[in-house]
Amino acid sequence: MTLTSFPFLVFAAVTVLVYYLVPKKGQWMVLLTASTLFYGAAGGWYLPFILVTILSTFLIARMIANHAGRDEAYIAAHKAELSKEERKAYKAAGKKKRFRMLVWGLVLNFGILAVLKYTGFTVSVINDVMGLFTESRLDIPSLILPLGISFYTFRSTAYLIDVYRGKARAAGNLGKYALFISFFPAVMQGPICRYNDLAEQLETPHSPEWSNLSAGLLRVLWGMFKKLVVADTLMGAVKTIVSAPEDFGGMYVLLLIILYSAVIYGDFTGGIDITIGLSRMLGLRLTENFNRPFSSRSTAEYWNRWHITMGSWFTDYVFYPLSICNSMQKLTKWSRAHLGKAIGMRFPVYLATLFTWFLTGLWHGASWNFIVWGLLNGVIILVSRELEPLYGKFRKKFPRLTASPFYGGFCCVRTFFLMGAVRILDCYRDVPVTFKAFGSMFYDFSHWGDLLDGSFMDKLGLTLPVWILVGMATVLIFFISRAGKETPVADRLSARPVLWTLACLGLALVVLIFGSYGIGFDAGAFIYTTF
Amino acid sequence: MNELIQILTELHDDVDFANETGLVENGILNSLDIVTLITEINDRFDVQIPAEEIMPENFDSAEALWALITRLDED
Amino acid sequence: MKTINIKFIRALCMILALLILAALPAMLTPILVPKYVTVSKEGSLTEEYYAAAKEVGHDVIFIGDCEIYESFVPAVLWEEYGISSYLRGNAQQLVWHSYYMLEDTLRYETPKAVVFNVLALMYGEPQKEAYNRMALDGMEWSSVKAEAIKASMTEEEDFLTYLFPFFRYHSRWSELTREDLTYAFREKPTVSDSGYLMQTAVEPEDLANQPTPSPLLDPNLPETAMGYLDRMTALCKEKGIELILIKAPTNYFRYHWYDEWDAQIVDYAATHGLAYYNFMDEKEAIGLDMSKDTYDAGIHLNVYGAEKLSRYFGAILRDIHEIPDRRSDDAACDVWRSRVITYHARKADMEAQNQKQS
Repeated sequence: MTLTSFPFLVFAAVTVLVYYLVPKKGQWMVLLTASTLFYGAAGGWYLPFILVTILSTFLIARMIANHAGRDEAYIAAHKAELSKEERKAYKAAGKKKRFRMLVWGLVLNFGILAVLKYTGFTVSVINDVMGLFTESRLDIPSLILPLGISFYTFRSTAYLIDVYRGKARAAGNLGKYALFISFFPAVMQGPICRYNDLAEQLETPHSPEWSNLSAGLLRVLWGMFKKLVVADTLMGAVKTIVSAPEDFGGMYVLLLIILYSAVIYGDFTGGIDITIGLSRMLGLRLTENFNRPFSSRSTAEYWNRWHITMGSWFTDYVFYPLSICNSMQKLTKWSRAHLGKAIGMRFPVYLATLFTWFLTGLWHGASWNFIVWGLLNGVIILVSRELEPLYGKFRKKFPRLTASPFYGGFCCVRTFFLMGAVRILDCYRDVPVTFKAFGSMFYDFSHWGDLLDGSFMDKLGLTLPVWILVGMATVLIFFISRAGKETPVADRLSARPVLWTLACLGLALVVLIFGSYGIGFDAGAFIYTTF
Repeated sequence: MNELIQILTELHDDVDFANETGLVENGILNSLDIVTLITEINDRFDVQIPAEEIMPENFDSAEALWALITRLDED
Repeated sequence: MKTINIKFIRALCMILALLILAALPAMLTPILVPKYVTVSKEGSLTEEYYAAAKEVGHDVIFIGDCEIYESFVPAVLWEEYGISSYLRGNAQQLVWHSYYMLEDTLRYETPKAVVFNVLALMYGEPQKEAYNRMALDGMEWSSVKAEAIKASMTEEEDFLTYLFPFFRYHSRWSELTREDLTYAFREKPTVSDSGYLMQTAVEPEDLANQPTPSPLLDPNLPETAMGYLDRMTALCKEKGIELILIKAPTNYFRYHWYDEWDAQIVDYAATHGLAYYNFMDEKEAIGLDMSKDTYDAGIHLNVYGAEKLSRYFGAILRDIHEIPDRRSDDAACDVWRSRVITYHARKADMEAQNQKQS
């Protein structure tokens, strides 16, 4: 069941209906049942895996919390007898014990993710290395990959770490915790909500409220619009370009950067709109995952506004702990002493940055493409950081120019193309092909004629009306997202019921007619040619 | 406190750190700045800022940051 | 007072929005479905039957693929022999389509004889989604239609899109023509004459340039196809209908009717006590001249060929299968008189158009 499929919409509608019909105490059970059904429907064999994650993190979190509670109670009870040093030592010993529990939990859960998601890639890398010496190869095993495992592993481990850090209380009810991990609108592609942000909402009763139902429904439709009218329509053109890089170089790669940006934006932000909208209809506020990402002026800003919950996960649970851990601090001291202050200050932080981006790439997919993609992002962020003093001088020298909206717009466009260019790594077959295609933009000018005479439309398999449609949709998305800077447009419309109704129907009409779904209509197939 | 402001100014010389109260919220300090800052603070004030203390509340102003340092020092 | 008001408006808007939302696909369907009036006329064949069945009973129902609806002219059968007949054929109508077309027909009338063209027995699997739609979209809803859809769907298809054809045809938005708007909410003109789709063009058969058919890999007709023929035979027996098997006189290399298959059908007919007429070898007796009687170089007959074949087969129906002459039935006469007039008018009209073009 994808988020835009008919069965999912029916399933979601029934869930919302039942959710508000049952006694309020049972609402979370309705959601847990729906989530279990949804997950089971995706594949019965997925269930044991998510269950292991739920059970292990639940139990370990409880153990950690119990130990912490006991230690605190002990110290409180014996405050008078213990010296400051003794207390410190006792605390440290307790922390060490809890840390060991945490490590067990993390090893188990990241272990499952690593084995299921990365065994194939690891074996193929081993094979490549072996290829240098022998003819023999290892078989690449085909393992199942439970639905949304990258997302629910992150959600559960974040919870575990938060409990260890004393930031979140340990869940008391296994069923409610299971719902937090498997909550069906968000299980496939996030957002990666933190326990503190969602758990309490899942437990409190909700009554049907106009603002939630109306704004939520409109947002679901808006998400379908982005996904079906823009992303899925352009997907075919993207596939055409990347499946024949030797035919579609030069201008087509530039076009790909734009088209794929539109596809990924429509698909991902649209999907999250459906998730957040549906949750809103249930009275739940999920963490926003996007904040008008294509209005970012720099790569660092972009990553604060695109896939926000993933970025903050990596920052909080990888980058910070890694860059300020003891060994890093020692490395800093060493490098300062031996490499001079300027490099010494940077070396460990930059190392941590690149490692974090390496992991981010790996998390997106088990392939060299994503690893290179991640590292490139890291490098770009570091390079622009190094260039920052230069920009500063530039800003001081031309204060009026750099304060003007044109300069801002230029920065946005530059960031858009920079990120878009790096992003084409997830389209092409492998890294060398991607770099070759990228390079062709600068020496292969033979395709620009296709753009001028319009023959590119046909070559990419989309007719003029479709290009016009997608163009208009993109403009609409741009303005709606701008208009929602302060208050989302869905909320503003829900304050005007009649306008809201019109907006809903208009959107539905557009999605139903212009959306890309089902078997496309090809008039030629209906013309009687064979019998 | 003055030493802290000095460290901050070394990072960004165009910010009024004594009065700014939205260092993280307004995106003046990004994650790289924060880590550089922590390394510097650990070094000069002989404290250990752990990862769990990295949250906007503790880094939004020089004052909040100073409070954190004092608290960790007492512990 | 004011709070009640706003609550009422909100509830009203929500209910209204949800209701219209649910009804939208149904409201848009008439505009977006293909009309099959000037292009791909074959798509209209199935739906035109129902009005005809209400007018008058049919003693003979022809069932099969294009070799049915391009080969027999009910108007001629009436004029010459007083036989009331209807063709339920479609573009590439496969055996399971035909079987359910028979079941569907039996919901409206029980003919004396059913004539089935055997060519489609060569296919054991669904072939093309578009032909499923053309054969089945026009069928009136009943459990028969549901069964027919389930039996015919290719892998890419979804039953839901037959319930709501909108989901199948929504992407026609960029190809809508004036025809789609004209007939969205208005009755369409009939394209066939009692299921016969007229062709008046002449393109001689070109035997010299016809390649030899590819060698036959499996001498037996597919089992699934023969299974549906069995079901057809059983259904006719149960209802007291005589099943007559025929093979149309055309034989094109791409849809070649092999001797091995013919032998199998001869055998089948003998075992089940059915009549089987293979017209391929009777062209001379029928009087067919393939330099004049085909519109597409020998794949199908044109109207002149079809009229000859109808005269020839009409006599067989009358003499051997004792199909009654209904010309003494006043009600039937009234219906058929107008059908015959329409037929001749259409023929004259199309001939005039042909002349203008040449």
